[in-house]
Amino acid sequence: MTDYAYTILIPLVPLAVFVFTGLTGHKMKPIVSGLIGTAGLSFAAILSYYTAITYFWTGHTAGTGYVSIKAFEVNWLHLTDLLTIKLGSLIDPISVMMLVVITTVSLMVHIYSLGYMKGERGFHRFFSFLSLFSFSMLGLVLATNIFQMYIFWELVGVSSFLLIGFYYEKPSAVAASKKAFIVTRFADLGFLIGILMLSFNTHTFDFQTLTSPTGPAIAQAGGAAFMGMSVLTWSMIFIFMGGAGKSAMFPLHIWLPDAMEGPTPVSALIHAATMVVAGVYLVARLFPVYALGAPDALTLVAWVGGISSLFAAVIACTQTDIKRVLAYSTMSQIGYMMLALGVSGYGGENGLGFMASNFHLFTHAMFKALLFLGAGAVIHAVHSNDMSGMGNLRKYLPITHITFLIACITIAGIPPLSGFFSKDEILVAAFHHNKVLFFIEYAVAGLTAFYMFRLYYSIFWGKQTHYHHTPHEAPYVMTIPLIVLAFGAIFAGFLPFHNLVTSDGIPFETTTEWSIAIPSVLIALLGIGIATFMYRRVTAVPDKVAGAISHLYKWSYHKFYIDEVYLFVTKKIIFNFISRPLAWFDRHVVDGTMNGIAGIIQVSSVSIKGLQSGRVQQYAFVFVTGTIALVLIFAYLW
Amino acid sequence: MNILSLFVLIPVLTIIGIVFTKDLKQSRIVSAVGMGLQLLMAGLLVYLYLAERGAGNTAAMLFKYDVVWFPTLNIHYSVGVDGISVAMIALTAIVVFAGIFASWMVDYLPREFFISLILLASGVFGFFISLDLFTMFLFYELAVIPMYLLIGIWGSGPKEYSAMKLTLMLMAGSALLLVGLLGIYFNSAAGGGQLSWDIQQIAKIHIPIEMQRFLFPFTFIGFGILGALFPFHTWSPDGHASAPTAVSMLHAGVLMKLGGYGAFRVAIYLLPEAAHEQAWIFLILTSISVVYGAFGAIWQKDLKYINAYSSVSHCGLVLFAVLMMNQTAMNGAVIQMISHGLMTALFFALIGMIYGRTHTRMINEMGGLMKVMPFLGVAWVIAGLASLGLPGFSGFVAEMTIFVGAFQHTDVFHRVITILAVSSIVITAVYILRVVGSLLFGPIKDDHFLKLGDANWYERLSTISLIVSIAAIGLAPLWLSNMIGQSLIPMVQKITGITVAGLF
Amino acid sequence: MTGVIPLHAFLVISTLMFFIGIYGFLTRRNLITMLMSIELILNSVNINFVAFNRYLYPQNLSGHFFSLIVIAVAAAEAAVAIAIIINIYRNFKSIDVDKVDVMRF
Repeated sequence: MTDYAYTILIPLVPLAVFVFTGLTGHKMKPIVSGLIGTAGLSFAAILSYYTAITYFWTGHTAGTGYVSIKAFEVNWLHLTDLLTIKLGSLIDPISVMMLVVITTVSLMVHIYSLGYMKGERGFHRFFSFLSLFSFSMLGLVLATNIFQMYIFWELVGVSSFLLIGFYYEKPSAVAASKKAFIVTRFADLGFLIGILMLSFNTHTFDFQTLTSPTGPAIAQAGGAAFMGMSVLTWSMIFIFMGGAGKSAMFPLHIWLPDAMEGPTPVSALIHAATMVVAGVYLVARLFPVYALGAPDALTLVAWVGGISSLFAAVIACTQTDIKRVLAYSTMSQIGYMMLALGVSGYGGENGLGFMASNFHLFTHAMFKALLFLGAGAVIHAVHSNDMSGMGNLRKYLPITHITFLIACITIAGIPPLSGFFSKDEILVAAFHHNKVLFFIEYAVAGLTAFYMFRLYYSIFWGKQTHYHHTPHEAPYVMTIPLIVLAFGAIFAGFLPFHNLVTSDGIPFETTTEWSIAIPSVLIALLGIGIATFMYRRVTAVPDKVAGAISHLYKWSYHKFYIDEVYLFVTKKIIFNFISRPLAWFDRHVVDGTMNGIAGIIQVSSVSIKGLQSGRVQQYAFVFVTGTIALVLIFAYLW
Repeated sequence: MNILSLFVLIPVLTIIGIVFTKDLKQSRIVSAVGMGLQLLMAGLLVYLYLAERGAGNTAAMLFKYDVVWFPTLNIHYSVGVDGISVAMIALTAIVVFAGIFASWMVDYLPREFFISLILLASGVFGFFISLDLFTMFLFYELAVIPMYLLIGIWGSGPKEYSAMKLTLMLMAGSALLLVGLLGIYFNSAAGGGQLSWDIQQIAKIHIPIEMQRFLFPFTFIGFGILGALFPFHTWSPDGHASAPTAVSMLHAGVLMKLGGYGAFRVAIYLLPEAAHEQAWIFLILTSISVVYGAFGAIWQKDLKYINAYSSVSHCGLVLFAVLMMNQTAMNGAVIQMISHGLMTALFFALIGMIYGRTHTRMINEMGGLMKVMPFLGVAWVIAGLASLGLPGFSGFVAEMTIFVGAFQHTDVFHRVITILAVSSIVITAVYILRVVGSLLFGPIKDDHFLKLGDANWYERLSTISLIVSIAAIGLAPLWLSNMIGQSLIPMVQKITGITVAGLF
Repeated sequence: MTGVIPLHAFLVISTLMFFIGIYGFLTRRNLITMLMSIELILNSVNINFVAFNRYLYPQNLSGHFFSLIVIAVAAAEAAVAIAIIINIYRNFKSIDVDKVDVMRF
C-alpha cells in the first residue's frame, strides 16, 4: 500500500498561492502573479497525475478491486463525543479521477487566462481567486467526510461568487453573482439539513463508514418512516437538494445562465467542467447509500436529471448568446450524468450507470472546457457574446474553428470521439432501467447535436459579417490549451473507465451495444443535418420554423419563464408579504408596544404632575389639612 | 496582586491617566496604551490559563481571589475564571482595543469620551471575572450606565430618544434581574446557614423547584433583554443606529454578550429544573429572534439598522443554543458570542469609517465604493462572508457547532425548531449580499465619492486586528472549542443532572 | 397659688397664635409676612413648651431648654430665610412668592 499523505499538498499549494498573491499581488507586476498561480497549479497537476498513475496502477488488488484510502486526516473541530469534523484526503477512484479533471482543466484555464485576461484591471485578483477556487474544489473532492465536503462546498460557492462578480462595476455581473450565491445557498440549506439528519441517525460524518454496505447509514434503510419514506431517504433527498443546486438541476438551475457574466475562462473552469459537477460527485460519493439505502431518492435523482437535460436542451436551441447556449448545454449534460447515476444499481454490471456517469463527467469536462475556451477566443476576437452579430469567422480563427468543431462533434456523440462512448454507456444504463427516461435521452441527443451545430454554423459560417476591426486568431498562450483539450476530447473515450471507476471498485466488462448506439448516432446525425440545412447559409428557414412553432419558440426563448416565477416569488412575495410587513410589525407593533408603555407613563405623569405645583402655600395647606384630618381620625375614630 | 483584578485596575488607572491629559492627542494615546496593555494582559491570561490546565489543574475556576466587602449581606469581591470567561475577556480586550482606534478622531469632548468608553469596558471586564452575583450585578450596571452618556452626547440622529430608550429598556431588564438575583440569594441557604451570593456555592445546593419556576423568567428575561431577545430587542436597532462607532462596536460586540453569558452562567446554571421546564417558551422566542432579525435586516436601508437586526438574529442564536442545554450547543453558543462579537465590531467599525467618508449610511445612495476604497471594501466583503457563515471564518464554526449540537437533541420539537433556525443562513446570505452588492459594487453613484481616500493606519490597525481574530478562530477552532468545552462539562453536568462522558 | 393664671389660658393663647400663623402662612404672598407667620407658629410652640413645663413638670427644665433651642433655630432660620429673600428680591425685583416660578413646570 502506497502512502498517499502527500495528496494533502494538492489543495494546499493553491491555497498558499492564493494567500500569497492575495496579500502581495497588487505590489507585483500582473504577469508575475499570473505565473505564480500557474506554477502552483502545475505543481498540483503533476502531483495529481502522479497520484492517479500510482493509484490506478498499484491501488488495485485482485479480490476487492480499488479500495478507498484515507491518506491524511486531522481533527478540525470537536462537536460531540461521536461527531468530529475532520479535514483530510480520501483517495479512491472517483476522487483521483476528479483530481485529474480539476487540475487539468484548471491548469489549461490558468494558461489560457494569461492571454485572455491580459491588460485587465485586477489581473492578480483574478489569479488569486482562481487559486482559491482550485483549492476549494480540490479540497471538496478529497473530502474524507461529509462535513469537510460541506465546508469546501461553501468555499467553491464563494469563489464562484467572487469570480462571477469579477467585473464588479457591471450591475448585471453583480446581480448574477448574488443570484448564484443565494440560489446555491438555498440549496445548501437542504444539504445542511440532510447532513444534520444523517449524522443524527448514524452518528458519523465519515464517508467510509457511511458508504460501507454494512455501515450505520444503510442499516437505517428500514428505520423510522415519515410520510411514507424512511428518514434515511428524506435525508438523502435533502442532501441531493444541495447537489442539485450546485449542479444547476431543474428547478434550481436559474443561476447558471446568469453566471456567464463572469470572465469566460471562469465559465469554462467553474461553470462547465468542475464546480457544477460537484453535485454529481456528491451523489457518486454517497452512491452506496443512495443505491442500497434510499432507492426512492435515487429515482428522484434520475428524474430530476432526465427532466433537466430535456428542459435545458430545448432552451439551448433558441438562445442567441454563445455562452448561454453553452450554459444550457452544460445543464443538459449534467442532467445526463445525474440520470446515469439515478438509473444505476450497486456493484458489478449493475453499476454501469455509475461508471457511465463518471465517464461522461470526465469527457464532458474536456469538451465543455474546450467549447467555453473556444467561445472565449471568439469573444476575444469580436468583443461580443451575441452570435446573431457573428458569422464566417472560420477564415479568421482557424485553430479556434477546428478545435470548436471537434468539441461540437464530440458533444453530439459521433464515434469515435469521446462523447460517443460515455453517452452510449448512459443510454445503455437508462435502457435497462427505465424506457421513458431512455427515450427522453434519445430526444436530448438529437437536440444537443442540433443546437451545438446551430451555434457552430452561426459563428463560423453563415452570413458575411463586417467587423469593426478584423478579428485575429488568439495568441499561442490561448490556442495551446485549446489544442491540448481537443486531444483530450478526442482520446478520452478510449480510457478503460469500466476497469477504473466502478461503484464498488471492482472492474467489469462493457461492450458497445450497437442496437442502442446506432440509433443514437443516427439521431445525432439528423440533428446535425437539420442544423446544417438551416444555418450553414443565411436562409429564411429558421424564421419560418420559429414562426411555425411560435409558442414553443417563445417559451423556450424566455426559458419557460422560470426566472420570472422566481422573481415573482422573491421580489413580490417574500419582500412584500414577509419582509415588509415584518419591518412594519417591528416598527409599529413590537416597538410600538415599547413606545406605548413609555407613552402611558408619560401621559400618567403629565396628568398627576399638577399635584406638584411648586406653590409652597398650597403644599402647606395640604399638609395642614392632612394633619388635622389625621388628628381627627386618630382622636375620634380610633 | 491577583492577575484578574488587574483587568479592572488597568482601566481605572487608564481613566485616571486620561483625567490628567489635555487634548485629544494625549487622551487617545493614554487610552491606546492602557487598552493595548489590557490586550497583552488578556493574551497573557489565555496563555497562563492554558498552561495551568496543561499542568493538570482541574479546578472549575482558576486564579481565584476572594475578599469580603460587605459582611452584613455576605457580599464578596470574588473573582475567578474558567475557559468561557477567559475567552470572553480576550474578546472584550480585542474589541475595546479596536474600538479605541476606531474612535481615533473623535472631536467633541475627547477626554470624557474615552473615560466613558473605558469605564464601560471596565464594567464588562469586571462582569466576566466575577463569581459573586452581587458584584457581577454591580459591574453589569457599571457597564450599562456610561452607554447612556455615550449615545446621548456623542451619538447621531435622534440620539436622546435612542439613549433614553436603550437605557430604560436595559434598566427594566436590570430590575427584573435584580428580583431574580435576590430570589436566588434568599434561597441560597438550603436548610438554614448563611445566605450566599457565590455562584459556585449556590450551584451546589438545590433551590426549591417552586422558587425556580418563579425566578427563572425574571433572570432569563433580565439577561435576555440585553441579549436582544424577541420581543425585547427594539432598543437595539435605534440604539446602535444612534451610537458613535466605538460604542456600537462595544455594545454589539461585547455588551450584548453579557446577556448571553449571564443567561447560562446564572439563569440556566443556577435554576436548571425550571430552565428545562420553561425552555420551550424561550426556544420559540429565540428562534423567532433568529429568523425575524434576519428578515428585518432585508428590508432596512440604513447600514447600522441592517447590522443591528443582524445582531438580533445572531444573538438570538446564542440564546437559542444556550437553551438547547447540551454540551455541544452551549459550546457553540460561547463560540457564537465571540464570533459575533468580533464580526459585528468589525462591521460597525467599517460602517463608521465609510460613514466618515461618504456622510451617508443609506445603501441606496452609495455604490461602487470598492473602486475608491479597496481596503475597506475587501474588509467589508470579509466581514460579510464571515457573517453569513463562510468556512474559514469564525461564524461558520459557531453556527455549525450550534446546529449540530441542537440537532443532536433527542426531542423532536427541538430538532424541528433547529431546522427553522438553520433556515436563517439563507436569509442572512440575502441581506449580506444585498448590502455588499449595492454598497461596494456597481457603478459609483456620486461623483464626489471618487475623491475619497482609503483607510488610514489607525483604521487599518483596528480592522486588521479584528479580521485576524476572526480568521484565526475560523481556521483553527479546535483549541478554543476545547478550552470552552472543558469548562462547560461541570456546568452541563449540573444542568442535565446526569454525568456526561468526558470529552478529553 | 390662688389667682394663678390657669394652664388653659396659655393654651388658648398659643392655639390662637398658632392658627393665626398658619393662616398668615397660607394666605399671604409676601415672603416677609410668611416668615413672620412662621415666627408666630414657632413662638406659639414655645409658649406651650414653657407652660407645660411649668404646670406639669415644675421640677424639670426640659421645656425651657427646648424653647431656647427653638429660639436659636428660629434665629438661624430667619437669617437664612432673609438672605434668600434678599437674593430673590435681587433677581426678581419682588418678594411675591408667586413670582418665583422659574423652577415650576
